[in-house]
Amino acid sequence: MRRRQSPVFWVLVVVLTVVFVAPLLWMMITSFKTIGESQQVPPTLVPQEPTGRAYGEVLTVGGQNPVLRWFLNSLVAASLHAGLVVLVASMAGYALARMEFRFKKPIFVVILATLFVPGFVFLMPNYLLMDKLAWLDTLWALVVPGAAGAFGVFFMRQFFLALPRELEEVAMIDGANAWTVFTRIILPNAKPAIATLTVLSFLANWNDFIWPLYVLFSPERLTLQPGLKLLQGAYTTDYPVIMTGATIASVPVLILYIFVQRYVIEGVARSGIKG
Amino acid sequence: MAVDAVAAPRTRVRRSSGAVRGYGRATPYLFLAPYLVLFLLFVVGPAIFGFWMSLHDWDFQLPGKPWVGLQNYKDLFDPLSTTAEPFWHGMRATAIFTVASVPFLVTLPLGLAVLLNRRFPGRTFFRAVYFAPYVLGVAVVGLMFRYILDTSFGILNAFLGLFGVPEIGWTNDQPWAFVALVGMTVWWTIGFNAVIYLAGLQDIPAEQYEAAALDGANTWQQFRHVTLPGLRPVVAFVVTITVLASANMFGQSVLVTQGGPGDTTRTALMVIADTGLSQFRMGQATAMSYLLAACLAIVSLINFALLRERKS
Repeated sequence: MRRRQSPVFWVLVVVLTVVFVAPLLWMMITSFKTIGESQQVPPTLVPQEPTGRAYGEVLTVGGQNPVLRWFLNSLVAASLHAGLVVLVASMAGYALARMEFRFKKPIFVVILATLFVPGFVFLMPNYLLMDKLAWLDTLWALVVPGAAGAFGVFFMRQFFLALPRELEEVAMIDGANAWTVFTRIILPNAKPAIATLTVLSFLANWNDFIWPLYVLFSPERLTLQPGLKLLQGAYTTDYPVIMTGATIASVPVLILYIFVQRYVIEGVARSGIKG
Repeated sequence: MAVDAVAAPRTRVRRSSGAVRGYGRATPYLFLAPYLVLFLLFVVGPAIFGFWMSLHDWDFQLPGKPWVGLQNYKDLFDPLSTTAEPFWHGMRATAIFTVASVPFLVTLPLGLAVLLNRRFPGRTFFRAVYFAPYVLGVAVVGLMFRYILDTSFGILNAFLGLFGVPEIGWTNDQPWAFVALVGMTVWWTIGFNAVIYLAGLQDIPAEQYEAAALDGANTWQQFRHVTLPGLRPVVAFVVTITVLASANMFGQSVLVTQGGPGDTTRTALMVIADTGLSQFRMGQATAMSYLLAACLAIVSLINFALLRERKS
């Protein structure tokens, strides 16, 4: 395993890299083309007359397709959602990892079991619930229901299980109560897990498609994902505009990903195995 | 929040070894409460209530929602009903997509993980690159591929044309539409499963490989007799979550093929969402979702039984 890698290996790595990067580059290149050039056969690899027209069209404030507004909506919803997930999941995960109580096992088993229930089962009843709560077409529908997912609790529990006991014991002997121990000792030691869960929850919410597609109606309240579908419907053949929308929806998460990829990859890895 | 309530009824400092003490009886429940409220309200409640809905002729927009018992389920098996045909067409599209995509989504990421498990300069960078598409939403991926796959001016056909391949109708011709949907899904999610495999690979003790090498096992034999058995639980997990994800397929079809050509790529979830949330026939739609969920539960159980039995 430690020998030098063969040329074939490196060819494979480079080809794969091209395959993964090319579609994204193509999307960004197209956003700077004219409509005519975007449909040219054969395609041009570099825009012949680069134009920011599509960006102007899409970023106009108060237009039919307020991409900036959708961007802001996505940002607010995903941030609030991630905050809520971290709060409730770390509290619940801590109790399940470190406390003894009567219904611990059944509660954990029921929460865990829902990890394997497909999401579409909740689609319609939760839609009705949104209607009853008057949350349809509001930020609430985007932020709150998703925070009931089992993943965060499971993830935080696994992390807390691995923390050394001595951390809490010393504080408790000093007379600290459970809440103080949790906020002063446990949470500061859980920063990597919290960062990971924040990023994963943010991304999941930012990228959600089917739920916002149905619970949001007003064009100005949409998030980017259903907004892009609206864009596709409105500019059927204007690919520069559509690719501009897609670029605006992807560049921020790609930049975020470059900075936090260690957390994202670790989080995904840990979600699969250490259970 | 409930800081005082948490603090007040302090009892013993420690009872048994290991477990942390120094909190009252109610404390664990208070820590769980915020999550459990959400869990009951948005998971447990809806799961039960959804089943209740499926036993009614539940039209969201009508005041009366008469009890129909299992009629919605029976209708799905009655070729003359209005719900059976679209539902089973959707189930067929979902099944084809699942059967066609899962083998690739289980094996290709494994190959990628084995590749990335080698030591080479830039490994972290390449790992990050291969995972990057997964951080994009399905809407971005869908629109991007809608353009790349366009029959007349898409770059994929232009590229294949360099090798003399005639125009392919990736979005409007079968079986190419399924090839396209599976391909873009592999592109999008391969990194996710690969990372899970990578973590599994790193848990296989190096001594096992050394022992196998001493016994004269070549690379393939080491993979076959050390890597695969060591990964079995991980493979079972990956198969399960991938089947679940494939059965949830929605966005790719909505954005790239619009369910076409005909209704061949209109997946079960598209039919369910359309019946329940566009036509508001929610009783029928929830019956469809519970039947699909039951099918998936059976598939998961079979899959776990198969992958577990071989171990013992």
